[in-house]
Amino acid sequence: MNLFEARNIHKEYARQKALDNVSVNIKEGSVFGLLGPNGAGKTTLIRIINQITAPDSGELFFEGRPLKADDIQKVGYLPEERGLYKKMKVGEQALYLAQLKGLSRKDALRGLKYWFEKFEIQPWWNKKVEELSKGMAQKVQFVTTVIHKPKLLIFDEPFSGFDPINTNLLKNEILDLKKEGATIIFSTHNMASVEEICDHIALINQSRKILDGPVNEIKQTYKSHIFELEFLGNLQLLKLPPSIRVLESEQNGETGKIRIQQQDNMTNNDLLKIFMNETEVLSFREIIPSMNEVFIQVVEQYNQKNH
Amino acid sequence: MNKSLLILKREYLTRVKKKSFIIMTLLVPFMMVLFTVLPIYLSTMDDEQQRTIAVYDETSLFLNRMEETQYTRFHYIPEDEYNALKADFKSGNYYAVLHIPINILSINQASLISDKQVTIDIKNLIENRLNKLIENDKRQQIIAESGIPDLDKRLSATRTNINLSTIKLGEEGKAIKGSTEMAMTVGYISGFLIYMFVLMYGMMVMRGVMEEKSSRIVEVIISSVKPFQLMFGKIVGIGLVGLTQVAIWVVLGFSISTGIHVFFGGAGAGSAARAQSIVSPEVMNQAGTQVASNNQVLQVLDAIGNLNLVLIISCFIFYFVAGFILYASLMGSIGAATDNDEDAQQMMFPVMFPLIFSITILFPVIKNPEGAFAFWTSIFPLTSPIIMMVRIPFGVAWWELVVSIVTLLATIMGTIWIAGKIYRTGILMYGKKVNLKEIIKWLRYKN
Repeated sequence: MNLFEARNIHKEYARQKALDNVSVNIKEGSVFGLLGPNGAGKTTLIRIINQITAPDSGELFFEGRPLKADDIQKVGYLPEERGLYKKMKVGEQALYLAQLKGLSRKDALRGLKYWFEKFEIQPWWNKKVEELSKGMAQKVQFVTTVIHKPKLLIFDEPFSGFDPINTNLLKNEILDLKKEGATIIFSTHNMASVEEICDHIALINQSRKILDGPVNEIKQTYKSHIFELEFLGNLQLLKLPPSIRVLESEQNGETGKIRIQQQDNMTNNDLLKIFMNETEVLSFREIIPSMNEVFIQVVEQYNQKNH
Repeated sequence: MNKSLLILKREYLTRVKKKSFIIMTLLVPFMMVLFTVLPIYLSTMDDEQQRTIAVYDETSLFLNRMEETQYTRFHYIPEDEYNALKADFKSGNYYAVLHIPINILSINQASLISDKQVTIDIKNLIENRLNKLIENDKRQQIIAESGIPDLDKRLSATRTNINLSTIKLGEEGKAIKGSTEMAMTVGYISGFLIYMFVLMYGMMVMRGVMEEKSSRIVEVIISSVKPFQLMFGKIVGIGLVGLTQVAIWVVLGFSISTGIHVFFGGAGAGSAARAQSIVSPEVMNQAGTQVASNNQVLQVLDAIGNLNLVLIISCFIFYFVAGFILYASLMGSIGAATDNDEDAQQMMFPVMFPLIFSITILFPVIKNPEGAFAFWTSIFPLTSPIIMMVRIPFGVAWWELVVSIVTLLATIMGTIWIAGKIYRTGILMYGKKVNLKEIIKWLRYKN
């Protein structure tokens, strides 16, 4: 079931398109990666999901029915540009933000106690925010994002500004939240973390959605049928059909190493057979592109086509 | 709990709990009292200094005739002592030496010599004494020359003192005793209070918005509440901070002046009566209860009672609140539209201009509250909160009041609509130099 759905969203700022017919479906319990170059329209889409701005046209659905104003209580948002009231005390501020999300004072206090202890920031409760280190303030902000147990969490570049230890801590928290059933929209430029965390991605470029699908399928789609083989035998004696192009080869005494690209759409087994008939195969591996490569390839192709 | 209320509560409490707010709120009434009462009190204190003034009278007309006060005495000296004093002032123990030349009656001049700057009170006192004696002598001479019996008494009987009481005709033709001075004072104070409050707290709204924008917390907040709720909570919260401050000022100011009245009251009135200074009537009025005689207090109370207090107070609250909401929403939208102080300052000017203008035309309006200029500026919504308030104590036709209030309310609605649009667009806009063209573009955005 889709927790959130956006259909044919259009948004313009002063005759400049920010989103052009963008639709996304976010499955309940999934981690949805929202990718795209700077200025592509990701933030606008996030703000529309958050009801900070309204689309010019298009429909929004939450839990299968049209999005209501009240639904913002079920959304937690960690914006890319973090900010807290500098002069306000940490605890007071966390309590205020939690209450703004609709929690009662009592529930908010109980939840804050749990999270502050978990992150070991309890001693900072009565300190002013301006006294905190950047990482500490980020933790406070993370707590205020998740305190009301939102069904939909939106993290915009959540790891920026965190050291590796805290990044890891945060990543585990996000995965824990997913396990507990939260649906997560994850916007980032860090493709390594996309592969680690996301189930599904949408790629937005120049205000259009140009790619959408489960991470595994996308990688399969964008693989370029490149294989790497190691075998016992002589490279020179290898007879390959013309549909197989040799990209790289290397002979190390008895063993040969080869990188090929096949253009005939044969199955992996058929491909293997060709080698099996002639050599002793030591290893066989299809090269699957990283999300980073997919991202660059798709965006560049699109930009070339549209210039 | 309603979210606007939560925001309102935060805006209110964080400001009221600030040290600077508490200090300002408590200190200002004391300072006001200090600045108005202390100089008068001190001037009466000073006068208790014993001073002896040597008088060298070449004419012998004034010998032993100058009236002394409790603290200022005259000692008449011969020529040689005068010369000695001139050579060495310190040799005599005098505050000053008065030299009355032989031809005083023709040149109308005398001189007061001292080694220090003679106080204005002493100068006035001596001038007063000399004038009185000379006038009296001249008068006696004329009376004697005329030969009319009892002329002195008859002339004294001609002395008149008209007290012009201003009477304003009420609705039913009933005469109401009005006091122009009181209307002026009430008009001036309420106009000025509104000006000060609107400027101070409007700026506070602007700074609050800028703080949220520059600290980037605004995006988190408006993902929980509507921008309008945030702006509403902020303006009302800060408005309440202002009302709290004014209320505390009024209560404190009242209790302090009452306290002073009780503490110094008897002594003050006594010393005022004994005071050798010739206090002008205006100063006496300003000093209020302390130096005013009982009769004057009654007159003041009478005049206040004759103002339409219910109307004035309710209009004051209305214009106070309406003026604040109007300017605060404008200033709030400026805070949202700009990134830095410099830009904000520049955009502030056109908004502040009508306020400053109102203050500069305050005196002309008080002088002529019925004039066309006063009328139009009290209808024009950007100046009406101050100018109408200045006019009301003088009495304003009800239809003028209605037109002014309706115009102001309509303007507030329009302003809030525009400000809301600017606010919700500007608050998320960074690094863009904003100009009028840009803002007009924002007004056309949906949502």
